[in-house]
Amino acid sequence: EKVGEEKPEVLSPEELEKLKEEVDERKKLISTLRGKPWPMRKKLESHEFVEKYEGALGKGKSRKLYAYKVMMLKKWMKFQRDFENFKTACVPWEMKIKEIESKYVSYLFLLYPCTVLLVLPGCLLFFNLAEKALMGRPYGSMPRKTVPRADEANAMDFAVLWDFGGYAQYSVLFYGYYNSQRAIGWLKFRMPLSYFLVGVGTVAYSYMVVIRTMARNANEDGGGDNNSFNFSWKMFTSWDYLIGNPETADNKFASITTSFKEAILEEQESRKDDNIHLTRFLRVLANFLVLCCLAGSGYLIYFVVRRSQKFALEGLESHSWWERNEVNMVMSLLGMFCPMLFDVISALENYHPRIALQWQLGRIFALFLGNLYTFIIALMDEINLKREEEEVLKLNMTIWEASLYNGTLGVNSTAPPITVHPADIPRGPCWETMVGQEFVRLIVSDTMTTYITLLIGDFLRAVLVRFLNYCWCWDLEAGFPSYSEFDVSGNVLGLIFNQGMIWMGAFYAPCLPALNVLRLHVSMYLQCWAVMCCNVPQERVFKASGSNNFYMAMLLVILFLSTLPAIYTIVTIPPSFDCGPFSGKSRMFDVIQETLESDFPAWFGKVFSYASNPGLVLPFLLLMVLAIYYLQSTSKSYKQANLELKKKLQTVSRTINKVLTLIQHLLYSLFMSSYLSSPLGGEHRAHQGKSNHQIPPSATSPPAPRGHRIPGPLPGNQWQPAPSVQRVPNSQRH
Amino acid sequence: MGTTASQLRKDLLSEYQELTFLTKQEIILAHKRFSELLSKEDRNVPTPRVPMEKVLSLPELKSNPFRKRICHVFSTSDMKDGSLTFEDFLDLLSAFSDSATLEIKSHYAFRIFDFDDDGTLDGGDLEKLVNCLTGETDDTRLTTEEMRQLISNILEESDIDKDGTVNLSEFQHVISRSPDFVSSFKIVL
Repeated sequence: EKVGEEKPEVLSPEELEKLKEEVDERKKLISTLRGKPWPMRKKLESHEFVEKYEGALGKGKSRKLYAYKVMMLKKWMKFQRDFENFKTACVPWEMKIKEIESKYVSYLFLLYPCTVLLVLPGCLLFFNLAEKALMGRPYGSMPRKTVPRADEANAMDFAVLWDFGGYAQYSVLFYGYYNSQRAIGWLKFRMPLSYFLVGVGTVAYSYMVVIRTMARNANEDGGGDNNSFNFSWKMFTSWDYLIGNPETADNKFASITTSFKEAILEEQESRKDDNIHLTRFLRVLANFLVLCCLAGSGYLIYFVVRRSQKFALEGLESHSWWERNEVNMVMSLLGMFCPMLFDVISALENYHPRIALQWQLGRIFALFLGNLYTFIIALMDEINLKREEEEVLKLNMTIWEASLYNGTLGVNSTAPPITVHPADIPRGPCWETMVGQEFVRLIVSDTMTTYITLLIGDFLRAVLVRFLNYCWCWDLEAGFPSYSEFDVSGNVLGLIFNQGMIWMGAFYAPCLPALNVLRLHVSMYLQCWAVMCCNVPQERVFKASGSNNFYMAMLLVILFLSTLPAIYTIVTIPPSFDCGPFSGKSRMFDVIQETLESDFPAWFGKVFSYASNPGLVLPFLLLMVLAIYYLQSTSKSYKQANLELKKKLQTVSRTINKVLTLIQHLLYSLFMSSYLSSPLGGEHRAHQGKSNHQIPPSATSPPAPRGHRIPGPLPGNQWQPAPSVQRVPNSQRH
Repeated sequence: MGTTASQLRKDLLSEYQELTFLTKQEIILAHKRFSELLSKEDRNVPTPRVPMEKVLSLPELKSNPFRKRICHVFSTSDMKDGSLTFEDFLDLLSAFSDSATLEIKSHYAFRIFDFDDDGTLDGGDLEKLVNCLTGETDDTRLTTEEMRQLISNILEESDIDKDGTVNLSEFQHVISRSPDFVSSFKIVL
């Protein structure tokens, strides 16, 4: 490795050039040195070599530039390293996750990227709010920003604030607060435009992130035959090297053994269902029961929302706490108890655990979706009610304004405007704020339910089991209640649905993502604590699917379904006349039209109107559909080609084996005949007798790749590995 | 080489950072844990070696069924006794770290599973592998018939050229398709 011992300064130009080449080669090697499976010593030597001769090369006359380049490269690599160190230090919960991972198999990595994904929209909307805070007018300056006189008395009550009324309602938390003035402040900040773009932008960004993660996961999977390596994967990848706890290790051993035995059994026996009709009937019955459950829960929610509208009309103060929060409590309770019911029903079905898990997740998915959409439909009814109210109010406004002047004016005369305190101006019912409030209340009650379930279901249960065990007739720890297991799939599903609700409500309650970030942090620490102190690992760990894309696909579907209502309301319902950044317009997206007309040159508007012509958009959409179809069929054909190549490889190697065996036979018989016909061989022939050995049907395989010794022969074969095909006959033959 | 028990030289630290997948904090922590394993006499030796028994007492390795193989694979000792220097220890942690590539992990996994060090995974290696995974006690082991079935299933799946053994490329081919491998093949101090 070291090029001689000459002093570097004494080298001739050609030798210097050659040295430079070698150093450059080495340098290319170094950037990949980490990825080489060499022992550290060897890597250090390569490194030292480059260091030593790099310095020498830099000393020559015209090598200044080269030395400079080398120095910049070194600085860049150091910067990259420092940045990586900084990133690791920034994540405060890294150590916690590592601690948990050593105790529970490493499924928590699923939670971590989800958390990261969810934090990002929070940041975007924070930006919007910051601009607002810097540029906008403060509280109290406009009617939309002030609590009405009638409500002022109890605007600070905790009960009202918890319900997101009072001061909370007339704050940056909700849509209604924002000013609709086109340009605000000395920066001419376009408030309505930015609100609209940020809202749409977060959705687009979320789509991008989810799809990019899915694509990356799909790449790592490598297409083609994903499931054909079941046994090999069980063998090579089932042990989790992060396990440091002997109890977990024992559990893992047991589960691996069980999975081996199960898999072997499944492979051996052909599935012979004796009572296939009974099984089918039971499965149909189970599905029917589940459908009944879903329909029942949908109807219950609709009924409860209707009732709450009736209560609202009668005035909320005359009802108890339960009646006021009925909707949210019912939805949360349904979300808690129905999955348990589904679990019980699925005992009828007698599926393989992985398939049962998929059905269970699918049903919970349908439950949540049904509930959410029922809720939204009921909300739509309320929106329509509020809009009717608005019409009535607009009529009344003119009457009220006239009454201010006490009829002293004629119809068309102008007079100095009478200043009225903003709190006294009658306010329209702002349906957007109402929608935002409903979503925020829903999410808060959902969070509370989760925390309370956690405390009671996990913590209290663990405490009871632990302490009552001393004086109870049967073993509480091993038997009925025992400690609760950490249900990975259930928790991930909960996270995904929370995110769906955030996406739905984010347009009307801009602070929602920020609140969600806070909630996620608290949740995470609470769950970490609960997991370490009250939970036991699941006995048999089944993943819902072979890849991580299952949950990502679910997230994508939820993203699509939850942004649908928001988009519908933006496009069809006219905004309120006196609150929010779009007040006064006939449709919310008119702000785009307005911006194009006033802020951009005329030709731009023309181009845009051509581009958005349906005659152009429809063919474009058709083209995209065709492109998708084309890509799909090429990918299928690649997979097919892959399988065929594999088969060919097998055939080819079998042929090679046969040829090699033939050659071996030939050479051996040649050698034997030449040996036996020589003078020495004659005596041997006498002793040989009939020990006509059989050469085993297969010989050495093709030479193995670098670094290792030539592979040995088949198991069961007594032959020693030989460096070449020719064998010297020796008396150690079997 | 100069890693005394007290301090890790700064230049060595940055070199290690370049040549492994570990961050600075991880290397410093590794140095600390390694020094704790050294006995008093060994501390002043220029290139100290920790005997295998001491390495196996680390909590991260104690419950691992492959701990002895791991020590043998990463050890550069001439006596093949599984003892590790600090550099071997860093190699170990780097291969098992979060940021190590699939190629490195699969390469070392192959060597760990190759119990007889002959460069391929044949029936004997696979049998020992299964016995490691099913635990030490007799009642958790598989029967001979189950073992035979299992090994033939595995060879059927992974042995592409049908020579009765799994070589490195076949192994890497199987492993690269596995969604679990990279996340489970991790050891963190």
